[in-house]
Amino acid sequence: MGIPENVKKRLSIPADEYFYAGHTACQGCGASLGLRYVLKAYGKKTIFTIPACCSTIIAGAWPYNTLEANLFHTAFETTGAVMGGIEAALKAMGYKVKGEDGVMVVGWAGDGGTADIGLQALSGFLERGHDAVYIMYDNEAYMNTGIQRSGSTPYGAWTTNTPGGKKHFLEKRHKKKVIDIVIAHEVPYAATASIAFPEDFIRKLKKARKIPGPSFIQLFSPCPTGWRSPTDKSIEIARLAVQTAYFPLFEYENGKYKINMPSTKKEPKPIEEFLKYQGRFKYMMKEDIEILQQWVNHEWEKLKKLAEVFG
Amino acid sequence: MTEYKPIRKVVSGNYAAAYAAKHARVQVVAAYPITPQTSIIEKIAEFIANGEVENLQYVPVESEHSAMAACIGASATGARAFTATSAQGLALMHEMLHWAAGARLPIVMVDVNRAMAPPWSVWDDQTDSLAQRDTGWMQFYAENNQEVYDGVIMAFKVAETVNVPAMIVESAFILSHTYDVVEMIPQELVDEFLPPRKPLYTLTDFDNPISVGALATPNDYYEFRYKLAKAHEEAVKVIKDVGNEFGEMFGRDYSEMIEKEHIDDADFVFMGMGSLMGTVKEAVELLRKEGYKIGYAKVRWFRPFPKEELREIASKVNGIAVLDRNFSFGQEGILFNEAKGVLYSAKSKPVMKNYIVGLGGRDFTVDDVRKIAEDMKKVIEKGEPDVEVDWYHLKR
Repeated sequence: MGIPENVKKRLSIPADEYFYAGHTACQGCGASLGLRYVLKAYGKKTIFTIPACCSTIIAGAWPYNTLEANLFHTAFETTGAVMGGIEAALKAMGYKVKGEDGVMVVGWAGDGGTADIGLQALSGFLERGHDAVYIMYDNEAYMNTGIQRSGSTPYGAWTTNTPGGKKHFLEKRHKKKVIDIVIAHEVPYAATASIAFPEDFIRKLKKARKIPGPSFIQLFSPCPTGWRSPTDKSIEIARLAVQTAYFPLFEYENGKYKINMPSTKKEPKPIEEFLKYQGRFKYMMKEDIEILQQWVNHEWEKLKKLAEVFG
Repeated sequence: MTEYKPIRKVVSGNYAAAYAAKHARVQVVAAYPITPQTSIIEKIAEFIANGEVENLQYVPVESEHSAMAACIGASATGARAFTATSAQGLALMHEMLHWAAGARLPIVMVDVNRAMAPPWSVWDDQTDSLAQRDTGWMQFYAENNQEVYDGVIMAFKVAETVNVPAMIVESAFILSHTYDVVEMIPQELVDEFLPPRKPLYTLTDFDNPISVGALATPNDYYEFRYKLAKAHEEAVKVIKDVGNEFGEMFGRDYSEMIEKEHIDDADFVFMGMGSLMGTVKEAVELLRKEGYKIGYAKVRWFRPFPKEELREIASKVNGIAVLDRNFSFGQEGILFNEAKGVLYSAKSKPVMKNYIVGLGGRDFTVDDVRKIAEDMKKVIEKGEPDVEVDWYHLKR
């Protein structure tokens, strides 16, 4: 790599690359960046389970594999169950799983595959206590099938099956709080993360590795194709999602909530800041934006209270 | 080889399956409860609780769909994986059955045949497993508890040789909950017959990572299907070899994919699958003493289908009475349909009639076989069936 070993050790984001160039992600794809960070954090002693989602395509058609790690492509709704089987097999075969030097069993699934069709398998996986890390990369719709709404799509967003028209937009439901559902399982570790804050993400991945049992990370991953946003604005949009408290960074560890920097820093920016680069929100009127703002405020207050009471 | 001294136990078909899984040293069992399968998994859980098995990971999943998904993950990782289900559970697994076969994972599963709802039924019926015909799984139909036990152990060997999953099918209650003597094989001899799994590829070679199940374009997908088709063709030979080896080691020969008797001097034969063939065998011997020139052909393996064996049988008899405890709506009994297809290209075509029997656990007795034999005699004399498909038990 050309980076001296003593320098490598001091880097907050590992210099080693296990995600090859030549993958098939769109320009400005947040998910591909996220996957690259996961590989940097865990290295090649990792077994990935990827269901139907953009990443199953990004990882390469047969006979290619963009990941320098073992990868099982699976059916849409099965990530949690397949991970459970992999972890059980490793244990039966005598492998050390998770921890500093164990094999990492990682699920990498989109929001549709997690919040909707894969929710049952996720619940089973969490409740049975497998030693593995489930990462939901959240681009807020079914992007691989062509931008259809998922349970994770926010209020007001255009998608191909909840379009905006001359009179209405169809997406009237707020984003499903998957992480709250995960925390209801009393998992040892759950966290939100963002591609705009890679050091925070890497730190959380490393923590998830150390803590026995199932871990869950919800990674905010902008999708320029589906969000109708400029391809050079993905990181800025992800940063604004955190700064507006639309997607605050926090951790839940052994029953305690902790809000992470920079979500702790100052009062959130208005939600318009998050919406401004994204064509998917163009059908929202002033009063619609206010509805979304109220939801953000409510959820943010709730999180602050949780951190205060169970901090 | 150590001298074979069988261990005789009086067990249900389900316990026979559980003991076979234990003796096959399965490493991962993922399962979900459903009547009448559940006692298989309960027994395996009991083995674990009593410390009778080592290195067995039990994953009590939240659905059958996840049971098969977990077995798929385990098998791809390199472990020997086992599960069991019935009816609605098998139907829920359907998507993942394709996945297991397509990813070429030698999972073994016991399906306890149970009728599909509605109306609700927990009793014997083969339509659940036969509806999985085109998933790429091998299917073995057990006549009795001994065949359940032997079938599971052999299935692992066959499956791991050709990298195709295998389903061992037994009847609801008639086998699953009925106790019978089963000759079990001492562990060291099972180990000799069935050594630890040696997979070609696993997810645990971290210096040479692989991806399993990636997108295949129209330029490649076709060849993947061909390879699976060839594996089933190869399985025909492997099944015969493994069945022969099993016979040499333990005295019960399974080299025939269709078990047959009295074919050479039979006017017609009964053909069917599973526990109802136990009744047929009993009846055939009885009726022969009364002068009936009949035999039987018990189809053990439905997939791969024993085409050559069936054509040979057909060349020797004038008629075949096909007994189907299943039905394909808009068509006919599934075994009947398959058999006719196989015999289309045969030189000699016997007269065939399809009897739909025992659906949803309707009793099928020696007396029923007698009545069908009387009817079939007329069919042969006439040279053609009165009706091709006979809903034999129908209340009139």
